[in-house]
Amino acid sequence: MAVTMVKKQAGLTGNSAVAYAMKQINPDVCAAYPITPSTQIMEDFSSYVADGKVDTELITAESEHSAMSACIGASAAGARVMTATSSQGLALMWEMLYIASGLRLPIVLANVNRALSAPINIHCDHSDSMGARDSGWIQIYSETVQEAYDNLFQAVRIAESEKVLLPVMVCLDGFITSHAIENISLLEDAEVSQFVGGYKAQHPMLDTDNPVTYGAMTLPDSYIIFKHQQSEAIGRAKDVVVEVGKEFGNRFGREYGLMEKYRLDDADVAIVILSSAAGTTKVAVDELRAKGKKVGLLRPRLFRPFPFKEIADALKSIKAVACLDRVDSFSGFGSPLFNEIRSTLYEFEKRPKVINKIFGLGGRDYKVKDAVGVFEELLKIAETGKVETLIKYITL
Amino acid sequence: MNMGKMKDLPIGGVITEGGTAHEYVTGGWRKLRPVLDKDKCTDCLICWVMCPDSAIIVEDGKMVGFDLEHCKGCGICAEECPDKVKAIKMEEETG
Ligand code: SF4
Ligand code: SF4
Repeated sequence: MAVTMVKKQAGLTGNSAVAYAMKQINPDVCAAYPITPSTQIMEDFSSYVADGKVDTELITAESEHSAMSACIGASAAGARVMTATSSQGLALMWEMLYIASGLRLPIVLANVNRALSAPINIHCDHSDSMGARDSGWIQIYSETVQEAYDNLFQAVRIAESEKVLLPVMVCLDGFITSHAIENISLLEDAEVSQFVGGYKAQHPMLDTDNPVTYGAMTLPDSYIIFKHQQSEAIGRAKDVVVEVGKEFGNRFGREYGLMEKYRLDDADVAIVILSSAAGTTKVAVDELRAKGKKVGLLRPRLFRPFPFKEIADALKSIKAVACLDRVDSFSGFGSPLFNEIRSTLYEFEKRPKVINKIFGLGGRDYKVKDAVGVFEELLKIAETGKVETLIKYITL
Repeated sequence: MNMGKMKDLPIGGVITEGGTAHEYVTGGWRKLRPVLDKDKCTDCLICWVMCPDSAIIVEDGKMVGFDLEHCKGCGICAEECPDKVKAIKMEEETG
């Protein structure tokens, strides 16, 4: 994100900023069930509803499964729909996540990343949203409170784009981003409504003059056709994310793309990492750069669809890359970022060595020295061409 | 709905018109077939009310027969036809 303009400033937590963005978007329906660390989003938002600041119909469901079900019904009815959750809440929505994407409903969900039980833990890691990475939802990961706030508006536009029509999950790190106060720049309500515009569903169920059926059975002659359409749509979302991020930048002075590159262009080695931990890594980059080491960082912002071409272009001439996953997918062969990036680079004859570090599960601290340690290992790999351990837990 | 051009199917599997259930013939797996004895029938239309499949055909307020493309052969109409009348009999499908 390149900031070129600063306006109305406010110190807000990630949760309050997301709730404030939702207030400015003023969706038709919100259905939710509270769960730590995302609770404050709906708590703040329900105050906006109670105070008449929004026109939203707030549905307080009895579980996340019901919350997502209500979101799906409302979206099929033709409403603009938003919700928020975390961890077990997202897990309980699982079955319905696939229905939202399969029915092509542009619901926007703020997911405050938190570890999954057991053992029970309320702190940040990415096991919740990474588990849902193949559910057909677009996934955008936010580094900061400002970015989480800005991503919400863009998510509405991306989801509702005629080229896409898919649900979008905006992820921010539990506690680290959701509960930390950051001084951010807010948009005016009018700017928001101009940017997000109105929503007109293509086939609203409440249009009784043009009756439609949602959720009909499809047999082997047609199911694959709908999945193919869905697959092409999520592929198209990549360009829409770029277009919307550019337009946002032109209007409000903060431009967003598929990824953020930090001192990467001339780097010999790089760390690839999502969300707030990128901030810590940048400090390590600066420290090592001051000592003359050519290190850099790549922070994917869009994880689904995975912008494999652009990421490969950014990494192909680096000598050694470490993918830092705040999740273990228990595949026995590394975690999601590692799997995607290693596979992406396979098509190049000359490609970087790629290693995987699993870090920070359940909110375990990831410190500058941890990032420095990874960079030092990478510099050694770059020099010798030898990888000692391909996949390893750090911050243990 | 025309399923001819698969590629042009509305996204999300949405069916974009109403009343399409009528076109979908579901009576194929019926084992028993309702047969009406019109001489006995009093046109009370209890069968029309009770049929779970809207498969009783009524014209000008009179029971005239069954929509066998949708009748599942459940026998509810025969059961519900008043005891004094019993104008519907269920018979084995032979075809
Ligand atoms: S047999 Fe069942 S489905 Fe068929 S007409 Fe009678 S009540 Fe309706
Ligand atoms: S219930 Fe029996 S008597 Fe009444 S309309 Fe139907 S067939 Fe005729």
